Amino acid sequence: MKVAKTGNEAFAEAMRQINPDVVAAYPITPATEVVQIFSQFVADGLVKTEFVAVESEHSAMSACIGASAAGIRAMTGTSSQGLALMWEMLYIASGLRLPIVMAMVNRTLSAPINIHCDHSDSFGARDAGWIQIFSENVQEAYDNLIQSVRIAEHPDVKLPVMATTDGFILSHCLETLEMIPDGDVRSFIKESPDREGLIKSLVNNKPITIGSLDLQDYYFEHKRQSAQGMFNALKVIPEIGREFGKVFGREYGFFEEYRLDDADVAIVVMGSTAGTAKEVVDRLRKQGKKAGLLKIRVFRPFPSEMISRALSGIKALGIMDRAEGMSGVSGPLYPEICASLYDSGARPLVSDYIYGLGGRDVALEDIEYIYGELFRMAEKGKKEYTLKYIGVRE
Amino acid sequence: MPSLKQLVKREERFVSGHRLCAGCGEGIVARMVTLAIEKPFIACNATGCMEVASTIFPYSAWNVPWVHTAFENAAATLSGVEAAYRSLRRQGKIDKDILFLAFGGDGGTYDIGLQSLSGAAERGHKILYVCCNNQAYMNTGIQRSSATPRAASTSTSPSGKVLQGKIQFPKDLASIMVAHNIPYVATSIPGKWNDLTGKVEKAVSYDGFTFIDVLTPCRLGWPHEPSLTMEISRLAADTCIWPLYEVVEGRYKISYKPREKKPVAEWFKLQRRFDHLLKPANEGLLAEIQADVDRRWELLLKKSEG
Repeated sequence: MKVAKTGNEAFAEAMRQINPDVVAAYPITPATEVVQIFSQFVADGLVKTEFVAVESEHSAMSACIGASAAGIRAMTGTSSQGLALMWEMLYIASGLRLPIVMAMVNRTLSAPINIHCDHSDSFGARDAGWIQIFSENVQEAYDNLIQSVRIAEHPDVKLPVMATTDGFILSHCLETLEMIPDGDVRSFIKESPDREGLIKSLVNNKPITIGSLDLQDYYFEHKRQSAQGMFNALKVIPEIGREFGKVFGREYGFFEEYRLDDADVAIVVMGSTAGTAKEVVDRLRKQGKKAGLLKIRVFRPFPSEMISRALSGIKALGIMDRAEGMSGVSGPLYPEICASLYDSGARPLVSDYIYGLGGRDVALEDIEYIYGELFRMAEKGKKEYTLKYIGVRE
Repeated sequence: MPSLKQLVKREERFVSGHRLCAGCGEGIVARMVTLAIEKPFIACNATGCMEVASTIFPYSAWNVPWVHTAFENAAATLSGVEAAYRSLRRQGKIDKDILFLAFGGDGGTYDIGLQSLSGAAERGHKILYVCCNNQAYMNTGIQRSSATPRAASTSTSPSGKVLQGKIQFPKDLASIMVAHNIPYVATSIPGKWNDLTGKVEKAVSYDGFTFIDVLTPCRLGWPHEPSLTMEISRLAADTCIWPLYEVVEGRYKISYKPREKKPVAEWFKLQRRFDHLLKPANEGLLAEIQADVDRRWELLLKKSEG
């Protein structure tokens, strides 16, 4: 059924169809609506969910962890400072191998305080052991959240997942999407897996202890097991994406290659800007210029090998980084791409372009400028700089 | 109120083999509280001595389903567990009656845990929250908390040439919990097993959030003779520096009126954290503290009259 929804509405609808047992959440712009809309579903008896209106995001994740540890499906939604406030709990969720699913709406981190989009919040959590999936449009946001449940609960993964949208750009803008019938979503996500949990252990009179202290003799082994979940996700995510494609006609992988096959230069981008960039690629192609694009969908786990293969034929590569990593070198995406290329033998000229911070608009001209830079550097065969800022008054 | 005979026959929920100090009040409290609850329950601890010493992987002293996530969120974590149970109950997937028990030290309850405690109490989750109040952040090395008594020497409020231990009087957390309009708030000590177990039994009979603040001696942090744990807790009640009372649906009821109210110095002199306070130079400060204890006791008597 084709409908028009904003990103937040689509997230809320997907949540309704997933119908988790518990949602514990706290409002923050621009994610607030997801849980607000969902609260109406709860009030109208459209879901079986127990909704806990917690008093902070730290408590939201704590309650989700408690609920998930109890053995049921738990979800939440947040942005920016909210995600930052739950930072320690994100690590705990993944360390305890809990399949919590989060609707994440990307908003920049303070200071300065700003409610608009960039990817600093998601990037800030990149080491927390959460699977991170980015969306180009509302359709992807909806599809991603549904797949997140299967990915998180897969017995080889057992890690929490955040499906993200760009704050305001996607969360608050109306787009058309194909919505899946309730019953089909239920069939796809399947019943909650029969896993260990506090309530089951009580009912069966086999008490379990969750959240032990590990001394130096056990921590490393447990962490190694968590890491294996992330390695296994490299296999599981495309499996689920293929299954989704078979059932619903839209297949998903780690990234999308847009006119990349024979491209001389390319941009790597995540999130909604990919849509704008595709338009630029088409225009350049009409002019006979061999431009391409790699849109990364899954940032964690990082599909290193696959990305390096996809980019191996590129002469000049522009990384569009929608976050200031404060590394003194570049944004956060640049080193990930460079590392993936390092052993591949392919040596494209790679430059980083930090853009769109705090919701700074990215125009077609901005992206055309980047491609212009890439074509020039490719022709000269020389890398001129590591980092350029796009759209800022310097 | 369960009799001693009944209690000793029940299955131990907090078993031996944990690594708490000899004479630790928390171990005693954990055992008493868990024995006092007859219905099946799920427990949650905040980070602290009890949590750390009872669950060193691969061992666990908990003969009940138990979870620990972080320091400041025992109440929030257990809210999630309780919400999961309510959800399953509503869906008809479970019909067992399950209770929820949270343990937090004064650190994880009075200070860093206050927000999540307040949130859970306000939302009215069916949780009994027991604070094992040893009056400082003991697990990290005896740092002051807002529950630390006036003039107590801790590692972050040491007595020295210029300052005489903790400057502030302790926070009245029980009153804060009463202000949440929850059905049951109480104070207790391990030294009166019938007081503690009776209050636990009463608390879990309510369909809502309940709170018990238990003064829990710490032989290392106070420090005191490890064999005096129970006696020192009783002496706190006898001096009225730790009055034992209940607030049942907003009505104050004193649980124990000492036949002979002892001066607080009697309690202080058994603990080295108050050594400096008992010196002649600090006579005035000691008098100030005694006056505060007396004032609060009078107030409590008044509150429980009506």
